[in-house]
Amino acid sequence: MEMKERLKIPRQPMPEQDPQVRKRNFDEVPLGYTPETAKAEALRCIQCKKPECVEGCPVEVDIPGFIALVAEGKFIEAARKIKQTNALPAVCGRVCPQEVQCEVRCVRGKKAEPVAIGRLERFVADYERAAGEVSIPKIENKTGKKIAVVGSGPSGLTVAGDLVQMGHDVTIFEALHAAGGVLVYGIPEFRLPKAIVAAEVDYLKKLGVKIETSNVIGKVATVDELFAEGYDAVFLGTGAGLPSFMNIPGENLNGVYSANEYLTRSNLMKAYRFPEYDTPIVRGKNVAVIGGGNVAMDSARTAMRLGADHVYLVYRRSRQEMPARIEEIHHAEEEGIELHLLTNPIRYLGNDKGWVTGIECLQMELGEPDDSGRRRPVPIKGSEFIKDVDTVVVAIGAGSNPLVQSTTPGLDTNKWNYIVADEETGPTSREGVFAGGDIVTGAATVILAMGAGRKAARAIHKYVMSK
Amino acid sequence: MSAKILEKQQLSENVFKLVLDAPKIAKKRKAGQFVVLRIHEEGERIPLTIADADPAKGTLTIIFQVVGKSTAHLSELKAGDSLLDLVGPMGQPTHVEKIGTVVCVGGGVGVAPVYPITQAMKNAGNYVISIIGARCKDLIIMEDEMKAVSDEIIVTTDDGTYGYHGFVSQALEEKYLMTGDKKIDMVVAIGPVPMMRALCDVTKKYNVHTVVSLNSIMVDATGMCGACRVTVGGKTRFVCVDGPEFDGHQVDFKELIDRQRIYLDQEKQCYDHYCTCRQQGKGA
Repeated sequence: MEMKERLKIPRQPMPEQDPQVRKRNFDEVPLGYTPETAKAEALRCIQCKKPECVEGCPVEVDIPGFIALVAEGKFIEAARKIKQTNALPAVCGRVCPQEVQCEVRCVRGKKAEPVAIGRLERFVADYERAAGEVSIPKIENKTGKKIAVVGSGPSGLTVAGDLVQMGHDVTIFEALHAAGGVLVYGIPEFRLPKAIVAAEVDYLKKLGVKIETSNVIGKVATVDELFAEGYDAVFLGTGAGLPSFMNIPGENLNGVYSANEYLTRSNLMKAYRFPEYDTPIVRGKNVAVIGGGNVAMDSARTAMRLGADHVYLVYRRSRQEMPARIEEIHHAEEEGIELHLLTNPIRYLGNDKGWVTGIECLQMELGEPDDSGRRRPVPIKGSEFIKDVDTVVVAIGAGSNPLVQSTTPGLDTNKWNYIVADEETGPTSREGVFAGGDIVTGAATVILAMGAGRKAARAIHKYVMSK
Repeated sequence: MSAKILEKQQLSENVFKLVLDAPKIAKKRKAGQFVVLRIHEEGERIPLTIADADPAKGTLTIIFQVVGKSTAHLSELKAGDSLLDLVGPMGQPTHVEKIGTVVCVGGGVGVAPVYPITQAMKNAGNYVISIIGARCKDLIIMEDEMKAVSDEIIVTTDDGTYGYHGFVSQALEEKYLMTGDKKIDMVVAIGPVPMMRALCDVTKKYNVHTVVSLNSIMVDATGMCGACRVTVGGKTRFVCVDGPEFDGHQVDFKELIDRQRIYLDQEKQCYDHYCTCRQQGKGA
């Protein structure tokens, strides 16, 4: 096809479940490309000589390379091309913020819309999996080096996938009973089906990665004991798994959840399928979700799917400052989530049985910029009001879980108890101990954690091979 | 990791003991710590205090009371069966040191978790008085085991069918605190929340430091979710990682009782369904 014609192809939309239907089910919202739409979208890529999109990708996927294969209809080859640098394409195609990474740099976006890189990545990964043609690269030259990876979230899975392909003997230790970290406990089924995470984890196992679930490092074994057992290096990717609360009155009332608990019950424990699954969850009719990030959106949309009549998203700043992806806010609003912006809770009201019955809020206005560069929300005097709610989900961020830091002498941490590690290559203050992902940066994104894992894997390889 | 059941024993009408093959946890656990287990794929994660361990044999003992579906299911497993997941040891170990005279109080199935603490207190050189109680004689468990690690022991029953007629808190007050014969340096109490609350009300009067072990609702038990939060001394703490033991005089028991009742309806629904299925001879 001539370039002129290719430039005329519009960005291919991805069909989605109807909002009125999907707001009451847990099935995935976007339905994915067909081979035809994928090829059409791929033809929009003009194959830049110096592709800027790749520079925007934390794991440096050969984006023009895989898209060229899609345009030719070579979908399986395209998937394998991505997997050379990204072990989790089906996940990344779904949850990466492409609009601020690869797609924002796409030259097509300057005059028209950027190439839908994320949708194409998702398409080829799903195509390969559905075709049952997932290939396992042969690993040559075993090094005989043993590496322990603590945590099986995005950074841990990436480190493990990279190191096993370099010929090392890799074991992941996961505290929960299922591998995937935030991909299984945090991100809901309707955004990231758990069967996809399981398939990507299974791919790593086929590469030779050993996964020890239900092993809490810091409890059943310390980092020092891992070295004593013969591991040559340890990677810590324990994530930001400590829920933040606002410390306002009534926060321990029944029906007030941390987002971590609410989402873990629903996602990991499958409480949305209670009583088929044993773990219960409160199915509120009037639910307030506090926060404006992706986790708040996930919580609000989960509450709607659990049968709420009203879900209020309470955020203290304005829409412009919301950290959530625009697409997620859009999806949430389509599903009937009611945004209460410039609103801040000051206390929760309860009944004599200890259940939450209401939330008292203050209206805010934007003042001078704060440390984050965003305009600071300032309370408006006398603007207090009460809303009746029976469930609250506090989604205002997460801190670092101290289990590993507190049991590893000599491991430096900062004032928020995150592990101090070189963000480029991951070494910590302890020899042979590397760290990456949210436990170093604080709560961020899946792909940034994967990028940290990628860099740490190279550094770990260099370290163990020079020993 | 999964864990095989090596032995099973029924201790009273609703209380069972399982000995599990769990060498890694058996080696690391200390008095006061707990495990989280999951029986099957659809199962919930339930925390249970470790009653005993044998690091040489690699075994771990748990003792539990049937209170709902998961514990009912657990009680029906047999030696040779396996638990799908077992994780631990979780929580902070009991702070054990020689301080003088320690009273270890266990109510109902709470005797099981108080046993390893009693043993540790005794081994540390303390003079140990044990008070164990239950509603009636048949529900008293581990009397011999407790006797073996105590210098004195009192058994109480609410209905007077055995030992002291009354509650453990009454026995403690009447026999020791009121008489003042022996200076009590510390009390450790584990049992139903109303029992621990009543006991703390008594020891507060006499200003005797009292440690309680709380059994809150948990999910991950690694400090990630906050389901188990409890107010202690006006501050929110997580039972799973900050506890399970706290200064009983600082615990907000009213909040704890409320929070333990969050899922009462769902738990009942689940259990009734399970029992109905069992009666009809179907799996649940």
